[in-house]
Amino acid sequence: MEALALKLMSAVPALAGVPLWAMTLLVMVVVAVILLVFALTFGGLGSYVLRKVAGDIQVRIGPNRVGPYGLLQFLADGVKLIMKEDIIPAKADRFLFALAPYLVFVGSFAAFVVVPFGVGLIASDLNIGVYYVMAVTSLVVIGVLMAGWASNNKWALLGGMRAVAQIVSYEIPVGMALLPAVLIAGSLSLQDIVRSQGGLLGIFGWNLFHNPFTFFSFFLYFTAAQAETNQTPFDLPEAESELVSGYNVEYSGIRYAFFFLAEFGDMFVVAALASACFLGGWHVPFFRAETLPGAWGNLLSLGAFLVKAFGIVLVMMWVRWTLPRLRVDQLMRMSWKYLVPLTFVNLLGVSLWLLVFRGKGIPQLIASIF
Amino acid sequence: MTRPTEALHTQEMLINMGPQHPSTHGVLRVLLRTDGEVVVNARPDIGYLHRGLEKIGERVTYAQFMPFTDRLDYLAGMNCNCAWAWAVEKLAGIEVPERAEYIRVIVSELNRISSHLIAFGSFTADMGAFTPFLYSIREREVVNDLFEMVCGNRLTYNYARVGGVSADLPQGFLEKTKEFLDYFEPKIDEYNNLISYNKIFVHRLANVAVISAKDAVGYGLTGPNLRGSGVKFDLRKDEPYSVYPKLEFDVCVGTGERGALGDCFDRYMVRINEMRQSIRILRQAVAQIPEGPVMAKVPRLFKPAAGEVYFRSECPRGETGFYIISDGTTNPSRLKIRTGSFVTMNIFETVTKGLMIADIVAVIGSFDIILPEIDR
Repeated sequence: MEALALKLMSAVPALAGVPLWAMTLLVMVVVAVILLVFALTFGGLGSYVLRKVAGDIQVRIGPNRVGPYGLLQFLADGVKLIMKEDIIPAKADRFLFALAPYLVFVGSFAAFVVVPFGVGLIASDLNIGVYYVMAVTSLVVIGVLMAGWASNNKWALLGGMRAVAQIVSYEIPVGMALLPAVLIAGSLSLQDIVRSQGGLLGIFGWNLFHNPFTFFSFFLYFTAAQAETNQTPFDLPEAESELVSGYNVEYSGIRYAFFFLAEFGDMFVVAALASACFLGGWHVPFFRAETLPGAWGNLLSLGAFLVKAFGIVLVMMWVRWTLPRLRVDQLMRMSWKYLVPLTFVNLLGVSLWLLVFRGKGIPQLIASIF
Repeated sequence: MTRPTEALHTQEMLINMGPQHPSTHGVLRVLLRTDGEVVVNARPDIGYLHRGLEKIGERVTYAQFMPFTDRLDYLAGMNCNCAWAWAVEKLAGIEVPERAEYIRVIVSELNRISSHLIAFGSFTADMGAFTPFLYSIREREVVNDLFEMVCGNRLTYNYARVGGVSADLPQGFLEKTKEFLDYFEPKIDEYNNLISYNKIFVHRLANVAVISAKDAVGYGLTGPNLRGSGVKFDLRKDEPYSVYPKLEFDVCVGTGERGALGDCFDRYMVRINEMRQSIRILRQAVAQIPEGPVMAKVPRLFKPAAGEVYFRSECPRGETGFYIISDGTTNPSRLKIRTGSFVTMNIFETVTKGLMIADIVAVIGSFDIILPEIDR
């Protein structure tokens, strides 16, 4: 941030008199607003795409009234949600009830800070990036439990209880499944992880094809992350056919919208992490985007990253409209009996591979023969 | 599912599931006493949809009661219509033209398909997969279109009459029915590929709420719920009525293919397989249907001789029986309706002990209950 501020001040003479701290703060706010706008737009357009995909899968049309092809449906929905009465149940814990949705939203939005959108396009390239994401997304647990408890509704409480058990259980396999990428890059920074995958090997430079264990690791991560972010088939905390709507059953209006946005934010963060850690992030196959002059490199890499991330989001939507829901005990069994041991074995496999082959993946090994 | 040990025992929670709940298939209220997610006891509380149909039956003539039978099981109005007609004809000794009987069988089996489609669709929606529900609705629309051709209505048909049916089949109906059967038969395989043998789906249903054959008979279960426990009993075969003896079909029973015999999955599969058998029956009926009148000569107001009769027929949700006592007037002196869903609720509290909350939804879905039939 500070570097960016310095660059700006030297580039624009009029800004030379502004103190550095003010400039840095300004840059931070601007970046945060850009990210927020991105998150909100993604939530809005994501909901449109989700409904269109659902429509296609379920042999119906989906939204098609507001704007061309129903594209503006999300604006209408947003306006509706803002105008709705904000109901707080009489016996609810008013403070916690009001606070919970923001905690949930902040938990998912804060992860956007370290999402490597492209060459140099990252709000803050923390050297503990992966760890940071794991940490801030845990905040969601507190928010969800708060919402469930404060609503003073038994269905909401059950949803909150489920969410806590689920998110805490699945954090371990998620972290363990991401570690292979960290091991290969030798860094927790997401930009470093992305950089370690590029090169002229094209898609074979991706961690996904590094070795059999990383290939497996991607699917483990995808499954566990789906569960950690309460996506179908692991959407037990808000199982509408069992718990009516789960932890957010008593929420209405804008507070409900925050839960909704957080859900889409989570979706994007999972997709972004999967593409950054396993699918080469912003790398364009067989091409070095970072060598392009000016902003073109940034834009091209941004495009590549978004294509990959949205591709994964589409797969998540596809899964969502295909699979039924697990039962709570089956969900726990899946985490503790299958995913956790598998990710540990997998991590061991990756470590051994890196040790034996001195950090080289299968594609590099094949390439080194010629 | 094992209960938590005593050391971990926590306070029980009393939860009201319904009468407004997406998965109780209507206004059923279930009082859940749970220990966390584990259900200690689930007591169904019924009566929210009571309309006094049996009492109404005593105040109207035999013919006038026909539209009320539509409201008995609104997902299978044709079956209830025909059941009432058959019951009254048995009481009054009326001979029905053969064409009318064939028409009744055709509409009944079509209605069985559409009713089982809703059972299948809403069950999968209860399990969290919403897509199959819309597929089933898509197919049901075609059946509704066919019924609209026949009687002008899509839900409450009022088609059967004492002595026949209200009108002959319209032109092109049999061809359209054949078209539908050809279109629909492969769809069942599609459902099976999409959801029936989905691993998650099977795991949710297998070994859940197992009902032994002895219990099923003892609690008076009928229809697919009874056959799901492996009891081969179908009124169309075992107490043949109408033209069913002339038609070939198999009685589908649960086989315990994915878990114990008589679990939720077996009850579900019985319905899927019964749709295939209904297609078989329909193909034969459409081919065999004779020409002729569709209505016997029955006076508008008739007085059956004093006496009593019990007639039961195989409806999609089990045995629907009408017990009519006649005192020789134009109205029944006493009418008692026995319905499948109502009797099925007896076993609900027994089989749900120790299950989880999500299983309660599965059990309700696998019983395929419908509330107007329970409360009448």
